[in-house]
Amino acid sequence: MSLVPRLPAPIATLPWAMLLVVFALTGFGLVVLYSAAGGHLTWALPQGVRFVVFLGMAIAMSYVRPAFYKEWAFAAYAGLVVLLVLVEALGAIRGGAQRWLDFGFVRLQPSELMKPAIVLTVARFYDMLPAREIRGWTAIWPALVLIGIPAALILVQPDLGTATMVALGGVTVMFLAGLPLRLFIGAGVAGAVVAPLAYFFVLHDYQRQRIAIFLDPESDPLGAGYHITQSKIAIGAGGLTGTGFLQGTQSHFAFLPEPQTDFVFATMAEEWGLIGGIFVILCYALLIRWGGKVALHARGRFERLIAAGLTTTIFLYMAINLAMVMGLAPVVGIPLPLVSYGGSSIMTVMICLGILMSIDRQNRLDPRRR
Amino acid sequence: MIGRRRNPRPAVTETAQSAIFSRRAVVLGAAQAGVAALLAGRMGYIAIAQNQHYSEMAEENRIQMRLIPPRRGWIVDRRGAPIAANRSDFRVDLIPDRIEDRERVIAELTRLLGLTPDAVAQLREDLEQAAGFQPVPVAENLTFEQYAAITLRQPELAGVSPLRAFARFYPQGAAVGHLVGYVGTPNREEYEAENRNPLLIAPGFKVGKNGLEKTQEMRLRGRPGEARVEVTARGRLVRELRTVPDIAGRPLHTTIDLGLQNYTARRCGEQSAAAVVIDVTNGDILCFVSMPSFDPNSFSDGISHAEWDMMSQDERHPLINKVLQGLYPPGSTSKPMTAVALLKAGIDPEQRVNCQRAWRLGNAVFHCSGGPHGPIAMHQAISKSCDIYFYQMALQAGVQNISPIARRFGMGERFDLPFPSQRYGTWPDPEWLQRRYHREWQSYDTVNMSIGQGYVLVNPLQQAVMVARIVSGRKVMPRIIAEGPAPEFEPLEGIDPEHLAFVRDAMTDVVNGGGTASRFRLPVPELMAGKTGTAQVRRISMAERASGVRSNASLAWRMRDHSWFVCFAPAQAPRYAACFLVEHGGFGASAAAPMAKDVMTYLFDREKAMTALAALEQQWGGTLEKRMRRRAEQWAAARAAGVEPPQPTGHL
Repeated sequence: MSLVPRLPAPIATLPWAMLLVVFALTGFGLVVLYSAAGGHLTWALPQGVRFVVFLGMAIAMSYVRPAFYKEWAFAAYAGLVVLLVLVEALGAIRGGAQRWLDFGFVRLQPSELMKPAIVLTVARFYDMLPAREIRGWTAIWPALVLIGIPAALILVQPDLGTATMVALGGVTVMFLAGLPLRLFIGAGVAGAVVAPLAYFFVLHDYQRQRIAIFLDPESDPLGAGYHITQSKIAIGAGGLTGTGFLQGTQSHFAFLPEPQTDFVFATMAEEWGLIGGIFVILCYALLIRWGGKVALHARGRFERLIAAGLTTTIFLYMAINLAMVMGLAPVVGIPLPLVSYGGSSIMTVMICLGILMSIDRQNRLDPRRR
Repeated sequence: MIGRRRNPRPAVTETAQSAIFSRRAVVLGAAQAGVAALLAGRMGYIAIAQNQHYSEMAEENRIQMRLIPPRRGWIVDRRGAPIAANRSDFRVDLIPDRIEDRERVIAELTRLLGLTPDAVAQLREDLEQAAGFQPVPVAENLTFEQYAAITLRQPELAGVSPLRAFARFYPQGAAVGHLVGYVGTPNREEYEAENRNPLLIAPGFKVGKNGLEKTQEMRLRGRPGEARVEVTARGRLVRELRTVPDIAGRPLHTTIDLGLQNYTARRCGEQSAAAVVIDVTNGDILCFVSMPSFDPNSFSDGISHAEWDMMSQDERHPLINKVLQGLYPPGSTSKPMTAVALLKAGIDPEQRVNCQRAWRLGNAVFHCSGGPHGPIAMHQAISKSCDIYFYQMALQAGVQNISPIARRFGMGERFDLPFPSQRYGTWPDPEWLQRRYHREWQSYDTVNMSIGQGYVLVNPLQQAVMVARIVSGRKVMPRIIAEGPAPEFEPLEGIDPEHLAFVRDAMTDVVNGGGTASRFRLPVPELMAGKTGTAQVRRISMAERASGVRSNASLAWRMRDHSWFVCFAPAQAPRYAACFLVEHGGFGASAAAPMAKDVMTYLFDREKAMTALAALEQQWGGTLEKRMRRRAEQWAAARAAGVEPPQPTGHL
């Protein structure tokens, strides 16, 4: 007879190890937001509420069978493409760039939802594709079209960061689906050729400027390079153990731009130092490792592909944001999910986690059946 | 197409695909781990290896060193009384670079400080011309309540900088205007000239702009203090960290007698005048007055347009230091010195000349304004100021015997005095005339020179030095900074002390022996000796001579003669040499001599002198400050009403 009463099945079957990591990361994020607001709950409180709501959503999603997502993948994709077009149209009518649709009760950002949706869609495509066709032309072009349409629509918003993430998410699934390796190598070489052309003919001025400054932030320390420079100062000033909770001057004295959203990692790093940074990276590593395990244990092709793809989406968030605040990537406006203030990124990550938990549940409860 | 060619290869089965997935997923996971490690490494590099560099940058961000302008050294008179001092001052400046909403800031400041429309217009103009970080003064001399009100609202008024500083204060106001000059916010040229010394753009810092303040800038300045303050990105002060106090500039000891200076300035009244008093024993300048003057207090606070216009349109030139920059013909005041030259040239002082009021030389007729004197010898020619005596005797002695002597007495001499500009005039001779006007010296040039007219131009300081040299027989050099041992002067080269005694005697009789200034004996036991002078400004035509020379009173102020009086006292044992000039004051005895009488009286009996001044000031309509303030108000009111402002003149 155990002293601990048995937990009810729906709670006991949750992947608690992974959720603990999520709690740790989010909890730490709330502490950082509390400090970023100068010792106020201005940002931490709404963010905590959001976390609870979206966690509930993710748990609810975990009870939905993966087959459901497979069934609705294309429909969701099509709907989001329509919404992206709508956003673009509204932006053109109102005159000015716009990324969201206002439904009154919620501001929906279709490009954000497209991050998991592209993974589902491309995975669904390769799931349908007979195995022998995988080396053929028919394995390539439909996937490229599926990725290209939303990526292009998002790029013209203009939102280089999200477009990159959508494209990378889709391409990751293509890679995992087993397309010939030389295609990726060839694309890499082609990219190296095309990138300079894109730089001059596709990108907007402000995007070009950001890339130029990323390559040489000191060239404009008070202008557009200011973000990167101040962010690096915050991280560098933190040292090993940081300046202490509520003691960061870069964020509190407003030298660090957007200390609660895109540059929250720098805010954290100044007060918690390298130790805090390793903690955040470790949490993400554990989360991604869990996602990888789910993918490897998944039985179905669709499940495998989306599990790995969604895990990669979470990874991309973290990697791009961290590279950005450390001056390894241009400033593209990708937040650090679960830590940055704002609803969009936490929603996307919770959708990813919800679907991953759904696959995990299927792996554990029904290991033999498809 | 690609697929077709690959067809011969074995088809990929689902099992194989599954294996490929697992393989690639592991590769992907490894790549992700690699990226994570790279990011962790990058962070370690920034946070550990470059920690010091970035810590310093963070510190540079938040810690600003603010220079505390040093208190300027005082300027004191010979007894240590302050001519220029410092007083605590609450002030507000604007930092153009930090202003976010200019209109709101100006509106708010106008409300809080009650700025006048004139001040707001000035502020806007200053902001237009301002360069980035250089603060633009908004207001000084604020009350503590105003200062506190601004400080409270500072967070919402980006660019506004309230400050507690020190402001220059001149207790004697306009009386010392041309002596000390004034201070002001450095301009761009001054900033560039000092290699962009950051002190020059510190709020509240001022540099000397004229007079002693300008020339003695470096020693008066002192060393700035430093306040290390923590500020936010918006420039808001978080806290003060450490403050190194400033080191005040050393006081500048001058030779000025502040009481005398102030008395003389007040005694000038509304006249356009200059006065210098020198201690003949050491050359100390006791009094250095040029009136009317500006009030250095209001100049140092930043003068308004109206005030500036009023000053620059005043025909009495309150902005010009007449002591050093005003050049005038000395007229008859040069006669004592010319007499010394005549004596040296061998003229017998008892030789008489018959003054018939007019004297013909070739085609020209020369007149004696005071004559006819009848037969007259040198002593009386000086005391009664007979022109015809000097015409004839100068011709007899020759120009070659007069000009070198005149220079020995300081005519045309430039003195080493700490003032930004000095005009030192001319004492002509044939060589100079040839060089300057390319013509031969004529006898009428000697005649004109003999009574201090023609090409002769001197400044009032040279006149005082001339008297000091006549009195002491030594090469007295004036000084205004009382430092180092009392100077010793060489005897005047080739001048016979007996000749000087003769001339001094004649000068004593000018005042005390029925001479031209006999109405102005001092009301004290000490005797004053002197010489009147009337410097002609205009040329009197033959037609005017025929119909009678017009009296000064009937002429426009600008056309009247300059009134001179040079003097020394006590006549028995001379100590003080002085020069008084009243521009367009008419005959020497009518304007300059009465002033000289009161000022010299002050040296021996202050009470008597003050009584005389009180009566005069009542007649003029109040003290100097009161009259200046009233005139400024009238001017401003007239401008506001859109009518022509009252023209200031030298009329009493």
